[in-house]
Amino acid sequence: MKKFTEQRVLIGRAVIGLIGVLFLIAGIFQGEFHTTWSKAVRICLECIGIG
Amino acid sequence: MKRRWIQLASALIYNANLKGFGEAAIYQGKTKGVCVPGLNCYSCPGAIAACPLGTLQNALSSAPVRFPFYILGFLILSGLFLGRMICGFLCPFGLIQELLYKIPVPKYRKNRITRILSWLKYGILALFVIYIPLYFAFRNGFPLPSFCKYICPAGTLEGGLTLVLGNPSLRAAAGVLFDWKVLVLLLFLVSTCFVYRSFCRFFCPLGAVYSLFSRISILGIEVDEGKCTHCGQCVRQCRMDMKAVGDRECIQCGECKQVCHVGAIEWKHRKWRRF
Repeated sequence: MKKFTEQRVLIGRAVIGLIGVLFLIAGIFQGEFHTTWSKAVRICLECIGIG
Repeated sequence: MKRRWIQLASALIYNANLKGFGEAAIYQGKTKGVCVPGLNCYSCPGAIAACPLGTLQNALSSAPVRFPFYILGFLILSGLFLGRMICGFLCPFGLIQELLYKIPVPKYRKNRITRILSWLKYGILALFVIYIPLYFAFRNGFPLPSFCKYICPAGTLEGGLTLVLGNPSLRAAAGVLFDWKVLVLLLFLVSTCFVYRSFCRFFCPLGAVYSLFSRISILGIEVDEGKCTHCGQCVRQCRMDMKAVGDRECIQCGECKQVCHVGAIEWKHRKWRRF
C-alpha cells in the first residue's frame, strides 16, 4: 500500500513538473519574460502606495 | 542557526543592488525578468529580480489577451521543488517577522482561533490576487494589482518607505493610500512581535500557493512512520498552525527535528542519499 502511494506521488511529481516546464517555456515563447522585465524595471506605484 | 544564515543570504541575494538604496532608484538589469521564489517587492531599490505575486497579478491583468503561462510555470516548479521551504528559508519578509518575534513581549500562542485564521490567506489569494485583477482586466481593461495596492506590507517596507523617503517627487505624491499602506505595515510589524509570523500564517497569498504543494514537494521534511511513536511533541513545539509535520501550514523549517526523541523526522533529500 505504501509503495503504491509513493508511486502515485512520483507520478504526480513528474506530471506536475512537466506541466510546469511546458508552461514556463510557453510563457517565454509568448514574450512574458520581456513583459515581466518591463514591468519590474519601472517603479510600481501601486506596490509602494502611490498609485 | 544555519537556517537563519540561509534566510539572510537569500534576502541579500534578492536585494543585491545595494547602491539602489543610496540612489533611491530601482535596478534595470535583465535579471528583473526572472522571479524570486519568496515575497520581495520588485520596486525595492535593491531588488535584482521580480516578485512572483506582483508578476502574477500583472499577468492576470493581461489574461483577456494572453494566458499567464510564465508565472504559473514558475510557481508550479517552485512549489514542486521547494514547497513551503521557501517560506521557512527563502522569504525576506519571513525573516523580518521571525526577528521581530524575538522581542521579549507576551506571546500569543497558536490555538483553535489561529488555526481558523490560517484559512484567511486562501481567501486573500482568491479575492485580491486572482479575482479583482481578473475582474478589472475583463471589465475595464486596465490592471489593478489589488494585493500590492491595498495590502502587501513587503512592498511598503522595501519599496514604499525607501523610495518615498529618498525621492522628493514620490514624497510629494504620497497621499491617503500611502498612509493606509504604512498603517497596514505597522499593524503587521507590531502584531508579529506578539504572534509568530502573523502575516505569513494568516495573510500571505504566496504561502497559500506553496501550501498546495506541501505533500508532494521534492525537498522538505517528512516523518518516518516506522520510527514515529505519535507522541505529538513535534506539533506541540511548532509555532505554526500545523496539525502534522509537512502539512499545509508546515514551513519545513526543521526545528521539530530537535525535539523528536526517536529521530523520526528527517530531510527528504537524506533518504535519496541512501539509494
